Amino acid sequence: MQQADLPVTPPSPDDSRLWFLRGMRASFSVPGLILSSAFIGFAGLAKAAGLTLWETVFMVLVVWALPGKVVLIGAILSGSSIFSAAFAVALSSIRLMPMVVSLVPELRAPKTPKWVLYVLSHFVAVTSWVLAMDQLRHVPRDMRTSYYAGLGGTLVVGNAILTGIVYLIAGSLPAPVMAGLLLLTPIYFLTSLWGSARERASLYAMAIGIVLGPLVHLYVPGFDLLIAGLAGGCGAFALHMLIDKRRSQ
Amino acid sequence: MTFQSVDAWWWPFFFILVAGWFATDSWRYLGVYFGGRLREDSEALVFVRCVATALVAAVIGNLIVFPSGALIDVPLAIRILAAASGFIAYLTLRRSVLVGILVAETVLAASLLIIPGL
Repeated sequence: MQQADLPVTPPSPDDSRLWFLRGMRASFSVPGLILSSAFIGFAGLAKAAGLTLWETVFMVLVVWALPGKVVLIGAILSGSSIFSAAFAVALSSIRLMPMVVSLVPELRAPKTPKWVLYVLSHFVAVTSWVLAMDQLRHVPRDMRTSYYAGLGGTLVVGNAILTGIVYLIAGSLPAPVMAGLLLLTPIYFLTSLWGSARERASLYAMAIGIVLGPLVHLYVPGFDLLIAGLAGGCGAFALHMLIDKRRSQ
Repeated sequence: MTFQSVDAWWWPFFFILVAGWFATDSWRYLGVYFGGRLREDSEALVFVRCVATALVAAVIGNLIVFPSGALIDVPLAIRILAAASGFIAYLTLRRSVLVGILVAETVLAASLLIIPGL
């Protein structure tokens, strides 16, 4: 490891480990803390929905993105079939695709194997994406995959452990504390969805969806999310075409 | 074919794999496949974000109006009041998610203390 050779030598394992650790450290931040509060709420939600400890932890590890998990729990509570649950979760997760599309050029170095990107893409959800888009430009290009593995891996594994611990103690919590725990998920999404909206159309969608969800649930519980999501999304997009387009002309 | 309908230990995990993992990671993998070849601001993506946002908003509405667990015993008016005050606090006080959460939880706790019998 002579200093003079650094630009041409491939990254050493030591460098990779250093940047992996720096990525881990970046997960302990204000966005990371807020995300953890959302997972504390999710543990209470999953327990109240009747999931076992291992089903809950399994869901955190394999789905990871919180909107998808909350929609999945909502579908389980509504008594949806596996197909309409999958459809609803897929609709709520499409947004991950453009997020990954914009992250990949930041993440990859010329020699990065494709499979590394496929593995790392599993860590993409709002918080790790926001942190990565913010921090990656300060990381040497060869080290970015190591850095993101440290950041995303810590967030996923750390929150899976946190969710398991909260699930275990949730049973012994007094009812008012448990009620507060269950309020965390809706209020987290009310605020963070509004904050992450890129255009006014998403704000219309939020306003329509929050009213339409409970309304449709009264009549067709098993398909409430699909109907409210599709109808609310179409309505919001129509408003966007009518109002925002006209205003910008 | 609901989450509760098949009585086998592996069924819930299979359900989570199909409706959770497959439905989510497919989009992430497609994102790697398309990497850098898709425009962020196209109208199609605005539409996609509309549907996804409405879906999650519908779940939020359901969690407030038809809750499960300990929140069932809290009257609907208080659940709406707590969520609304948290949201208004978020909008007016520096757009901080943390402030929104703290205000909503405080309003809920205060209501539970003040109203007798809850």
